[in-house]
Parts: sequence; structure tokens; C-alpha cells
Amino acid sequence: MVSQLPWDSKTGILKRELAQAMMDPASRRALEAALQIKEKQSAHICAITMGPPMAEEILHQAKALGADEGVLLTDQRMAGADTFLTSQILATFIQREKSELHLVLCGSQTSDSETAQVGPQLAQDLDIPSLGYVSLVEVKEKTVRVHRHVDDFVEIMEMDLPGLITIDLSAYNPRYLALEGVEQAFENPDIRIVNAKKLGLDDNFNALKDSPTRIIEVFSPTTQKESRVLKGSVKKIVDLLFEDYGKVISGAMGKDLKTHEHGEDQ
Amino acid sequence: MDSNKDIWVLGDYRNYFQNRVTLQILARAVDIASSTGGTVCAIVFGHNVDEYVKEYIAHGAQKVYLFDNPALQAYSLETYSWLLAWLANEYQPETLLVGATRFGQEMAPRVAKKLKTGLTADCIDLELDEKGLLVQVAPSFGGNLIAKIITPVQRPQMATIRPGTFQELAHDYEAKGEVVSLPLPKNLPKDKIRLVSSEHRPPKKQKIENADIVICGGRGMGSKGKFKKLFDLAKHMNAEVGATRPVVYSEWVSHDALVGQAGKNIKPRILFSFGISGAIQHTAAITESSFIVSVNKNPNATMMKMADVAIVADANQVCLGIIKALKEKLRA
Ligand SMILES: Cc1cc2nc3c(=O)[nH]c(=O)nc-3n(C[C@H](O)[C@H](O)[C@H](O)COP(=O)(O)OP(=O)(O)OC[C@H]3O[C@@H](n4cnc5c(N)ncnc54)[C@H](O)[C@@H]3O)c2cc1C
Ligand SMILES: Nc1ncnc2c1ncn2[C@@H]1O[C@H](COP(=O)(O)O)[C@@H](O)[C@H]1O
Repeated sequence: MVSQLPWDSKTGILKRELAQAMMDPASRRALEAALQIKEKQSAHICAITMGPPMAEEILHQAKALGADEGVLLTDQRMAGADTFLTSQILATFIQREKSELHLVLCGSQTSDSETAQVGPQLAQDLDIPSLGYVSLVEVKEKTVRVHRHVDDFVEIMEMDLPGLITIDLSAYNPRYLALEGVEQAFENPDIRIVNAKKLGLDDNFNALKDSPTRIIEVFSPTTQKESRVLKGSVKKIVDLLFEDYGKVISGAMGKDLKTHEHGEDQ
Repeated sequence: MDSNKDIWVLGDYRNYFQNRVTLQILARAVDIASSTGGTVCAIVFGHNVDEYVKEYIAHGAQKVYLFDNPALQAYSLETYSWLLAWLANEYQPETLLVGATRFGQEMAPRVAKKLKTGLTADCIDLELDEKGLLVQVAPSFGGNLIAKIITPVQRPQMATIRPGTFQELAHDYEAKGEVVSLPLPKNLPKDKIRLVSSEHRPPKKQKIENADIVICGGRGMGSKGKFKKLFDLAKHMNAEVGATRPVVYSEWVSHDALVGQAGKNIKPRILFSFGISGAIQHTAAITESSFIVSVNKNPNATMMKMADVAIVADANQVCLGIIKALKEKLRA
């Protein structure tokens, strides 16, 4: 129901801070890909997220799973960023601090906004190539080879590094996170927190104001079908269903159904 | 930015017979241009692509900007994005529309970023407001809400459009269009991505797409074990089992069962829907069902509003109840 969604109907802004602090399933797959790469070759994994302060928990989870470093970009002035600015903020941090970077992994789409835009836009800001919906990554010295299945084509591609990859939602099933792992990470909470100022964003930077797109209305889709509503005990419902729609059901099944049998059976 | 009124549509012709999204968007662009003025233009990259140029003109494009070059033979995210941004900077369109194929969804964000403009993903409608601004209508919050979005200042106004949203115009091979064929710009950067191999693998028709009865289960089924009961029910009914995305991601059932925008379209004589909220990405694929029975604890779920019979109850209980009744009724 609308009222239960973490959504401010007046401003039309997603209140991400009300959504549970859980890593989105797509990002978990991206992290899983990173972990599997690190199992094969030496690597340093830095997990970055931009979000409200409570998103720190996600970084604890990332570290518990095997990330070497966690960075939280958080600031009141970053709230309400659309994909254009989210990717810009992420890129600003990466350019300032991670210029030696090799590979950026993202989910293909988050479950809350689901735009699938942050990955490609981040790559654009970093001026590096990107490939989306990847199901298999092999990192080589200066290139990465990927497999993917898009628009009915199965493709193998090679991309120069540094580059960005988004991981398909069907690939890299995330490993289970044992609770002890999270507790350990909590005892050792060295997550870096970076605000707009530390990031060197302009004093006038304000994500809400600066987004090129504006939501003017949010509504829930309605349908106008006249439904027959059945409620009450399951027994009563099922009886009614077969009494009134038994013909439709048996017709579609291609089998005859006994009628009026029910009462005798009791 | 000084922009004219032109509406551009990216010519995404790969997979032409499966996906007519470019033609669909052209139809809507023609509509919009009839109130805003401006020219409807198709943008085509590739090699030996005359047939698509002709198709686009026959379906409403008044002008085609064309880069035809052997170097563009295979779809390239990097090169095509660069060229599209270059063209847009050169000719300043008011609006730039891209089909929400995977390729379009990868390319449009990069182009929007290069052009420093906004982008609305996966639109299910386009409208105009009283000032003639493009109102981009797109699902948000996982499909339970729809948002109307504008790009007040930056140009072009950019959106990706979900395939199937608009109806293509009947073709008119007499229609005349101007073709602006351009040489590759000298400063086109070298591509950093190389195609090693590519194989066309069109989706196989699955049984579920032709089944007379489909039983779809959603997150409301509660667990993998309880979801399995739907297969019992299906056996008794000669039905196929479908599922929503959360169910597939939780691996209660294999990905083949996914019904929706990212999965299969179904058109059964009866659809049973158990514990499904009715997000648009799911319901888009079930609109051709003749009769819908929906079971949900929440009478206000969209799926209940779409149903012919809306059963307000626990999905597992009703599933078990129907199995029991069928056993009795089939025992004869
Ligand atoms: C780009 C994109 C593509 C997508 N593609 C698809 C797609 O192809 N197919 C798809 O399905 N989804 C797709 N989705 C996801 C979609 O937006 C929804 O998240 C999804 O359909 C919701 O699945 P659901 O109804 O099972 O779960 P929920 O939305 O969580 O709904 C569960 C329902 O079960 C009810 N319920 C709970 N407990 C019970 C009970 N005991 N008895 C009865 N009812 C109960 C609840 O009231 C609720 O209505 C896509 C999303 C995006 C962004
Ligand atoms: N605020 C954010 N912080 C870090 N990464 C993000 C953020 N938003 C999106 N992403 C990444 O971009 C992917 C796609 O997001 P989206 O474009 O919102 O569908 C996600 O799976 C993440 O990997």
C-alpha cells in the first residue's frame, strides 16, 4: 500500500533512510563477483555506497563478506540525488581517491529505484568503458573478458581496463553471510564516512535542486475491473468458486468435474 | 542551450523481427510533433542498413541521420554513444527517445551524461504538459507506483521507452523522408571494447506461454516449501506454474517460470494468481488472460483489482483447499 512505502508523497522523494538497511540484491551480486575475482588473483576490494547514515550497516555487511574497505558517502545535501547526481558523487570520490582503480562493479539495477542507469553514468563520469548485464567476468592484466546474454544475443566481449561492469541479476549468487561475520565487522568498525565538504563538492551543491529531472506527480496505477470478491472461510470460498465458476475451470482443464458432490462428502 | 523542436528516435534495429520498439516510438513521436511542431528524425548507425532507413521513413520518420560505415557493422556501446552525443550536440534536438532494449538501457545513460541532461528510464507513456514539456511517465518503486517526470531546463529531454508501449503506424512505403548521410567524425575515439563472439539466441516458446491454465505464485506464498504446493495444484489442473521475480530470485522455482516484463507473456483461459501484489512489470505480461482468479490477504492489491474473482484469504490455505476439492471432484 502506498502509505507504507518509504515515499514522501508531497515531495515525491524516495525516503531511502526508511527502507531497511539491506544491501540491494543486485549490489550483493556485484560484491560476490568481486569476491570471486579476489579468490583467483590478488585484489583490494573497496565497497562504496552513497546513502543515509544508516547505510553504514551495509558496508559492515560488505566487510564481513570480504571487502577490504568500506566508504560511506553521506550528507544532507546529497539526499534526493537522482541517477545523474548519484553517479556524479560516486565518480567524484573515485577520481579523488581511487585513481589507480582497475575495475568498478555495480549491480545491474537496484530494487528500489530500478533505473539501471547509475552504472553506465558512473562509467561515463569516470571516462571509462562499461558493459552491462554481465554473467561471467575474467580479469586479465590490461583487459577483462565478459560473457553476457542481452537482447537475444549471447556475447563474449573484451574490454580495456580500467572499466566498469554491471552484474546481471541471474549471475553470481551471493554467498551466505554468517552472523558472526557481521558481529566481528561491527567490533571493528573502520568504515570511512565522507561528507559533501570532504568530498570537495561545491558549497552550493544541493542534490535536490541540481537534478536535471523533476518528479511532478506520483500515483498508484488503478484498474477498473468489476471483481467478484470472495471472503470468509476457505471451505466456503472454495465451494463458491466451484459452484459459480466450475464450468469455466473444467472447460479450461479439459476435464469433467463432479458437481454437487461436495455436500455429500462431508 | 538553443534547441529546435525536433524529436529524435534511436533506430535500434538489431533483433528487428522480435522487437519493433523503434517503430512504436516513431508513432508516438509523430503524434507529439503534431502538437509541438518540429521534425521526427530517426538516427541510424551501422553498415548496409538501407532497409531500416526505408522502414523508419515508412513508419513516420521525416528525416534520418545516418552513419553508414563498415566500422559500425556490429553494435558498439562506446562508438554509438559517442556518435549519438556528437550528433545531438551538432543538431540540438528538443527530445531524444531510445527503446528500452538492454542495449538502449545501456546506451541512453551514457549519452544523457555526455549531454549533461536528465533521463527517465523505462517509460510506459509520454504526454505533453500545457507548456509543451515532455511528461515522462515511468514506473517507480518496483512498479507499485507511477511517476510523472519532466526535464525542465536541460535539453534534449531524454527517455527510454518500454517495448510494446505504443502501437506502430501502418507502413506507408510512398512516404518521403530526407536522409542525411554523414561521414564518421575524424576525432571518433578508438573503441575500448571488442566483440569476441556473438550468437543470436531467440527465446524458445515455452509451454507456459500457450497454456490454458496458468498458476502464478508470488512472494505471498511464503516459502519454497509452500510454493511447491502450486505444482500439486497444477498437476490436478493440467496447468503450468509461473512466478514473480522475488520468487525466482529466492530460487523457489527456476527462472524459466518468470512471468512479466523480464520473463514470459501468458494468455491463459484462466490465470490463478496466489500472493502476488500486481506490480506493473508482472501485470504487463498477463493482460491477455481471459479470466483471472486472484488470492491475496490484501483486498486492495492491484492484482485483486485486476481479477474477475478476488479471494481475500491466505494463499496457501486456498491452494490446499482447491487441491482437496479437485481430488474429490476428479475422483469419479
Ligand atoms: C525492470 C524490472 C523488471 C521486472 N520484471 C519483472 C517480471 O518480469 N516479473 C515479475 O513478476 N516482476 C518483475 N519485476 C518486479 C516487480 O516490480 C515486483 O517487484 C514483483 O512482481 C513483485 O512480486 P510479488 O507480487 O510476488 O511480491 P510482492 O510485491 O511482495 O507481493 C506479495 C503479495 O502477497 C500478498 N501476501 C502476503 N502474504 C500472503 C498470504 N499469506 N496469502 C495471500 N497473499 C499474501 C501481499 O499482500 C502482496 O500483495 C520487475 C521489476 C523491474 C524494476
Ligand atoms: N547510492 C548508491 N551508492 C552506491 N552504488 C549505487 C547507488 N545507487 C546505485 N548504485 C549502483 O548502481 C547499481 C544500479 O542502480 P540503479 O541505476 O539505481 O538501478 C546498483 O546495483 C549499485 O551497484
